[in-house]
Amino acid sequence: MAPIGTLHYLVVAAALFVIGTIGVVTRRNVVIILMSIELILNAVNLNLVAFSRLWNLNGQIFSIFVITDAAAEAAVGLGILIAFFRNKETVNVDEVDLLKW
Amino acid sequence: MTPVAPTFFFYLLSGVAVASAILVITRKNPVHSAISLIFTLLALAGLYLMLYAPFVAGVQIILYAGGIMVLFLFVIMLVNIERSQREVQFNQQWLVGIVASLALGFLFLYVYRRGSSIFPVNPVSMPEPQNTQQVALALFRGYLLPFEVASLLLLVAIVGAVVMAKKRI
Repeated sequence: MAPIGTLHYLVVAAALFVIGTIGVVTRRNVVIILMSIELILNAVNLNLVAFSRLWNLNGQIFSIFVITDAAAEAAVGLGILIAFFRNKETVNVDEVDLLKW
Repeated sequence: MTPVAPTFFFYLLSGVAVASAILVITRKNPVHSAISLIFTLLALAGLYLMLYAPFVAGVQIILYAGGIMVLFLFVIMLVNIERSQREVQFNQQWLVGIVASLALGFLFLYVYRRGSSIFPVNPVSMPEPQNTQQVALALFRGYLLPFEVASLLLLVAIVGAVVMAKKRI
């Protein structure tokens, strides 16, 4: 088997990115959509750290900031979810259609 | 004797990560999805360790698996209605969505195939015991401004999340 190079990590990150994207566009449950967004962010992190091995430490610093950003965004997104759930008692995005024409 | 451990651990960890990711998007019960996502995050932390990034692996386990996923599980506990698990889980555009995402995946693979000759062959040797020190030096010297901005961002996120989730402002 070929020794594990950067390309292997990039392919794994691409697979995680595509799986996360499928989760975002396919599921109806808001919580699972938010978790698929976290999958996408993790794929990006893997990409950054894999490239940081080849050059300098900037990729790892960037990935730390991405993790921080993901925490903030998850908190706000779940706050919005709770606020919406209080009004409408549903977690399906199909039923969030008040602004639809 | 060719080293077999890095190859074995890479395929094991990436297999766990991809399989758990597929479980995340296909489970009916959101708690099962959250547990699968925790498995994915732990497998990714193992992959960061293989890439000689122990500080990022530690941050991933503490913050992501230990903070963000706990937050997700609390909110699932608050909004988990049994009725939503009996309804249809996938929306009406699922086929178009899967086709478009697979097209994106093939675009990624094509770009990697075409550009795979530009990666340098020998990885830069970064001494692993020094990794946390190097990250700290970079974070508090060169990247000080993004660090402070990130802390401001966390403050804004805390205020926003509390205001959103309160019953009465």
